[in-house]
Amino acid sequence: MTAPSASPTATGAGRWEPVIGLEVHCELRTETKLFCGCRNAFGDEPNTNVCPVCLGLPGSLPVLNAMAVELAMRIGTALHCEIRPSLFHRKNYFYPDMPKDYQISQYDEPINANGWLELPDGTRVGVERAHMEEDTGKTTHMGGGGRIHDAEHSLVDYNRAGVPLVEIVSRPDIRSAAQARLYAAELRGILMATGASDGRMEEGSMRVDANVSVRRPGDEFGTRCEIKNLNSLRSLVRAIEYEITRQVDVLESGGTVAQQTRHWDEDQARTGALRSKEEAFDYRYFPEPDLVRVVPDAAWQAEVAAAVGPMPADRRAALVALLGPDGTSGARTDQISTVVEHGLDDLMTAAVDGGVGAALALARTANEASAEPERARALDGAAYTALLRMEQDGTLSATQAKVVLTDLLAHGGDPAELARRHGFEAMAADSLSVVVGELIAAHPDEWARYVGGEEQLAGFFTGLAMKATDRKANGKAVAAELRARRG
Amino acid sequence: MTTALRLAAQVRTGAVSAADLVERHLAAIDESDGAVHAFLTVLHDAARRQASEIDDRIAAGEDPGPLAGVPVAVKDNLCTRGVPTTCSSLILDGWCPPYDATVVERLRHAGAVVVGKTNLDEFAMGSSTENSAFGPTRNPYAADRVPGGSSGGSAAAVAAGLVPLALGSDTGGSIRQPAALCGVVGMKPTYGTVSRYGLVAFASSLDQIGPFSATVADAAALFDVIAGHDPLDSTSLDRPAPRSVENLGEGVAGIRVGVPRELVDGVAPEVAARVREAAEVLSAAGATVTECSIPELTYGLSAYYLLAPAEASSNLSRYDGVRYGLRVDGDDVEAMMRATRAAGFGAEVKRRIMLGTYALSAGYYDAYYGQAQKVRTLIINAFADAYRHADVLLGATTPTTAFLLGDKVDDPLAMYLSDVCTVPSNLAGHPAISIPFGADADGLPIGVQVLAPALCEPLVFQVAAVIEEAAPAPAPPVLAASTWTGR
Amino acid sequence: MTDHKLTRHDAAYVARLARIDLTEEELDLYAGQLAVVLDHAAQVAALDTAGVEPTAHPLPLKNVLRPDEPRPSLDRDAVLDQAPAVEDRRFRVPRILGDGG
Repeated sequence: MTAPSASPTATGAGRWEPVIGLEVHCELRTETKLFCGCRNAFGDEPNTNVCPVCLGLPGSLPVLNAMAVELAMRIGTALHCEIRPSLFHRKNYFYPDMPKDYQISQYDEPINANGWLELPDGTRVGVERAHMEEDTGKTTHMGGGGRIHDAEHSLVDYNRAGVPLVEIVSRPDIRSAAQARLYAAELRGILMATGASDGRMEEGSMRVDANVSVRRPGDEFGTRCEIKNLNSLRSLVRAIEYEITRQVDVLESGGTVAQQTRHWDEDQARTGALRSKEEAFDYRYFPEPDLVRVVPDAAWQAEVAAAVGPMPADRRAALVALLGPDGTSGARTDQISTVVEHGLDDLMTAAVDGGVGAALALARTANEASAEPERARALDGAAYTALLRMEQDGTLSATQAKVVLTDLLAHGGDPAELARRHGFEAMAADSLSVVVGELIAAHPDEWARYVGGEEQLAGFFTGLAMKATDRKANGKAVAAELRARRG
Repeated sequence: MTTALRLAAQVRTGAVSAADLVERHLAAIDESDGAVHAFLTVLHDAARRQASEIDDRIAAGEDPGPLAGVPVAVKDNLCTRGVPTTCSSLILDGWCPPYDATVVERLRHAGAVVVGKTNLDEFAMGSSTENSAFGPTRNPYAADRVPGGSSGGSAAAVAAGLVPLALGSDTGGSIRQPAALCGVVGMKPTYGTVSRYGLVAFASSLDQIGPFSATVADAAALFDVIAGHDPLDSTSLDRPAPRSVENLGEGVAGIRVGVPRELVDGVAPEVAARVREAAEVLSAAGATVTECSIPELTYGLSAYYLLAPAEASSNLSRYDGVRYGLRVDGDDVEAMMRATRAAGFGAEVKRRIMLGTYALSAGYYDAYYGQAQKVRTLIINAFADAYRHADVLLGATTPTTAFLLGDKVDDPLAMYLSDVCTVPSNLAGHPAISIPFGADADGLPIGVQVLAPALCEPLVFQVAAVIEEAAPAPAPPVLAASTWTGR
Repeated sequence: MTDHKLTRHDAAYVARLARIDLTEEELDLYAGQLAVVLDHAAQVAALDTAGVEPTAHPLPLKNVLRPDEPRPSLDRDAVLDQAPAVEDRRFRVPRILGDGG
């Protein structure tokens, strides 16, 4: 099922194959926290969205948020998982950002399991599980440049404590940093498409950890290291590449890779081991006695499935279909990915429905409109369609159309009016005809050869027409005029 | 008419003012509690304010509720807003919850007046109230003996006549055992019938809040007030509100009573004798009494002493010096946590945390915690079998009468054995009640226990009422307050 | 079931897991007391529980949920007033060595 999309790393002593799994923590877009009615909001004043439950005050009890379950199920559906009856477990460990010094999570009976995700190139990465758990508070380290290692003391804000998370664990099917990036980007698109997440890695609403090991092709999996603190797709790639090289170096010099958690340092561009205590990770999981089973029946699952709209892969497929055989070429694939990633497929599809050719619609949407994705998403579809039709029928040249589009994105408005303001009036059909006629008369030999079948001379006449009209002529209109005259 | 119900009736008709009633009880507490030490906090001002509000409402023609004006004591592991809630622990010394437990809200809503917080074994762990960080409570029937535990303060407060009603909590017998040793009524409801929101958790799947009183009818009235669904507690049953007082006089004609050998053999001879006498009372009143055997009951203690500490070890992790309560400084946060917990917890709490942590730890989970969960199932099944041939069960509440202060503090196992007759009901989630039935040769009270299947509280109270009627009238305790009225 | 007797070493490990400093004397005392309790608890090991499902707790409840509607949070001063140490509207703790789980 998995086709590695990158060949194993070859180094001096022979080939090594990286084996990568990603764990993605996704904050759910609910109004309130997982187990209490405090607001789930980013950036509020510290410790203002807290209550006895999310502070873990003595005597408090958790009550599960229905929307969080719904969103978790949507994620499971979108990732082709089995949606199962599930339990919550306590994961016991001490840390100041954990109000109860245990985290309510899911252990061996998660809500979603055994799914997969399809990358744009068609390969699949397995998804082992996508379970629910509560987020921790946020710690700020004071003194020592804000890094935990040199801090003098720390400050804790519990606004984030109790925010609902879904943790998505991939199978170790990924074979390169580039593929990891594709997976993370695709997953982000899916999470946004389900409405479960806003995908803002820089705000921490989607956090990625990477498990990396290397092996000789065909061998058992090697020892893996977990890499944390990856705040962007770029860090993800750099950190994984660094770690692969580090592990290969260790093994090739006869050492063994120690299983550890490593922290990616963006400034120093390296991973470093965190000080961790051997017994720190006996989590002593046991079923959460303050919560009861979650059993999504068939009716509920069907409701959720209906609420899950088309996923990025489905949307890409729809655009491919629009393009016909051209849809599957390499360049087109990238363009299609871009359109879907920026949420502009509806814009493009509307243009096609309005009579614009699919290839043109794709080119303008992928190349120009996606330069300003937010504005493009806000564009009036009718205006966009009208503009593309003006290019298509020769009223505007490609260059002119792009200028008007830039204007349209910046200010909105009516494309015809914008074109007039730029002086991009179409040449009247009869004045163009006059120009073409004059050129034919001036170049009888070339005309005879064109009429005789030398198609490439259309370009000769088109070039001259452009010069003669100060580039106001539309190349396609000229070509059409020539063909019409030839008969 | 019964003690608390009679008082409430008098207050509602204006025959007695709530203010006078509260004043009398506050005076009795001030006079007599020095010797008993049932109370950790007495709420003079708040109680007077509450009483005065009730009198105002009555004057305005309103009905303040079924417990109008009745003074009630609340175990100090129940949260009371703005009032210290210590759980008898140094680690919570001075902590005032910013919210009320649901049962406390319900008390106020019923017109009751909370006059104070009572002493307990620290975090409800113990059977003698000697594990309190603030000194033990003394048995009103013998000042050199224990009142039982963990709700020793509440039991003693009622036994001495300081209040007609009190709330306690029962995890392995912590209401019933002190009730038996102090000669009062103490009842543990079906798990899930009374909200645990605001009860500082000991063992979440076993804890229940319940009433102490001088009479069965009063216990039924208090149970009716506190029981009922609470959306803040996920383990709270959504059932119609109980009306236990109405059915009290049903009698026991045709009821089948089983007397398991395991709840009679092996207890002190005088205790066994009282159980047999109670059986004869029921027989004479028309019940069919048969001896039976439920061997699985003997495993209850072992299973309990793995399950309860395991859950407790997790529930008590939150006491780490970070957010509230005691903090002992340290060089780093872990040192601070370790020192805080060392200084803040007493020996019994530390023992149980260690036991529980061990039972959950990697490598031991299956053998200890996992196995204990299965034994729990065996006990539930064994009860179900027994209840095919019986409607209720009758037995001793605890193997001995009140032991001397200091007698078992150095022998944890001996202390744990006090719970052998009570823990099975907690494991199964079943209701059970202890009713005073005579005394031993030294005048120390003896209690007998009635057990029933889940949600059979009406049966429990009915049968208890019949036993109560035939029970010898209690002698006044050595430390009787001026407000002691007997039954 | 294990024949393992709770040793002092075990007690020390467990005390570390539970974040409680114990003196040498306490370790000895607790190790001894816990060993006695565990021996008694070993009764459960003797029972045949093949095919028996564990009971996590006695209720048949499932799907207890609440609507995604905001409810009032606590007043921040009320919360921070009870804190042992506060700085810049947050809970202050000594430096953290090592990572979280």
